[in-house]
Amino acid sequence: MADFDAIVVGSGCAGPVAALELARAGRSVLVVERGTFAGAKNVSGGRLYTHALRAVLPDFAAEAPLERRVVRERISMLAPDANVTVDYTDDLLRTERAESYTVLRARFDPWLAGKAEEAGAEYVTGIAVESLLKDGARVTGVRAGDDEITADVVILADGVNSLLTPQAVGAARPAPGQVAAGVKQVIELPERTISDRLMCADDEGAAWLFVGDATHGHVGGGFVYTNRSSLSVGIVATLSDLVTAETPIYQMLEDFKRHPAVAPLLVGGEVVEHSGHLVAEGGFDAMPPLVGDGVLLAGESAMMCINAGYTVRGMDLAIAAGQIAGQQAAAALAAGDTSAAGLAGYPEALERSFVLQDLRTLRTFPGFMEHATRLFVDYPAMARDLFRQLFAVDGTPVRPLRKTLPPIARRAGYLNLARDLWKGAKAL
Amino acid sequence: MSPLDPITVNVDEYLARNKYEVDEGNPHIELVDDADPVAFGRLVRACPAALYKVDAQGHQTFDHAGCLECGTCRIVGTGTVVARWQYPGPTMGVEYRYG
Repeated sequence: MADFDAIVVGSGCAGPVAALELARAGRSVLVVERGTFAGAKNVSGGRLYTHALRAVLPDFAAEAPLERRVVRERISMLAPDANVTVDYTDDLLRTERAESYTVLRARFDPWLAGKAEEAGAEYVTGIAVESLLKDGARVTGVRAGDDEITADVVILADGVNSLLTPQAVGAARPAPGQVAAGVKQVIELPERTISDRLMCADDEGAAWLFVGDATHGHVGGGFVYTNRSSLSVGIVATLSDLVTAETPIYQMLEDFKRHPAVAPLLVGGEVVEHSGHLVAEGGFDAMPPLVGDGVLLAGESAMMCINAGYTVRGMDLAIAAGQIAGQQAAAALAAGDTSAAGLAGYPEALERSFVLQDLRTLRTFPGFMEHATRLFVDYPAMARDLFRQLFAVDGTPVRPLRKTLPPIARRAGYLNLARDLWKGAKAL
Repeated sequence: MSPLDPITVNVDEYLARNKYEVDEGNPHIELVDDADPVAFGRLVRACPAALYKVDAQGHQTFDHAGCLECGTCRIVGTGTVVARWQYPGPTMGVEYRYG
């Protein structure tokens, strides 16, 4: 007889939702979190698409510690001396089905953990799971400190840098081309100042992604998210390219903050936290097996993250996967079979949900990003030069665009342009 | 590997604003002796906390105290620079107040 029906390792997005579903199904479930509180070790960029959370907790909007509803999307091509931005705002982004909010995880995650506890999940924090208990190939529990705790099923929701998934399902350590380093600073500013600078109402905010000089031409990008009274400003850079760059990632962030297109946003702000996090961007092909005997993986521990270039998603995938993991673990417990075969309903249900469908649809974009260095150096400069033709008026006679545009496009090569457009379109 | 452009930022000043419980004398990341300079250089570029440093004389330093526990050096440096990578002990390490 095991100590618990289920043990969940990690309290981020996937873990508490899995625990909540198990508790709702009447199962005994223990969540083990290594931080002194849920969220203490957790970092995200920070925007949560809330469709998945609504499916678990329909009333979240009234009580969750959300920062701002994102109603303004910006994407920029950043050259060293210029910036070209697409700015999109839409009433649709205010509707329930398409809503997203900025979040700060040290505030959001304790709330989500509290929901699991309310539903009946037991919590222990400040204890790290050092290894898994196994009986042959089967996972039978966890070893945490001096304690050995057993369960019929273990759910690993311990994040992108999991030391347990290799033990559980033989997951390989991700390759440097499959993950990016992320560095982020939270910069405090008055609430109204943020609203004014980003042209938003006080409860509403912006998500702003930059390609190009944010990473000094390396694979990755920069971001700015509006929290209630702070900005989350950061850089994400694919490790395989970053490790030979002429600039360390923390210097990229500093240079990004000083770029004339970004610096005015931050004037008078105070850095209150400097954080780091790995970002899984290997897509579908980088995912480990999702189940083993007595164990399943949900969220970033299973590399569930999508970087489509214009959007970055992890938390909504984790919440949906956590919900499905909890439901399917409960079903397997009810059927008395938590072997890999008994847990097969989990990957099957994920296949029916947006989680694996979206990971599959966007699977080739990471490869496109890897090889399109033109995207990070040449195209931002071309965008700059195109807009110079339109907007820089210096009294010299104007030449028609049909004469000035072709030389700009020719710099990258028409064939390369066509190929990148085609590859980009095909991957999306 | 490109040579590094001059570093103008002092990340230690930023790390000083974070909350840590440092496990003094009990590093959760241990390095090999005399790491290959090229392999070490990869971590100089990738570590978001700037914990891997090379001074003007080429002397390598590493300090686990400001670790953000992201795992970047585990991915990039295992087998070349990083001999052992674990999470800090219970209640130790960084404690994010914003995340």
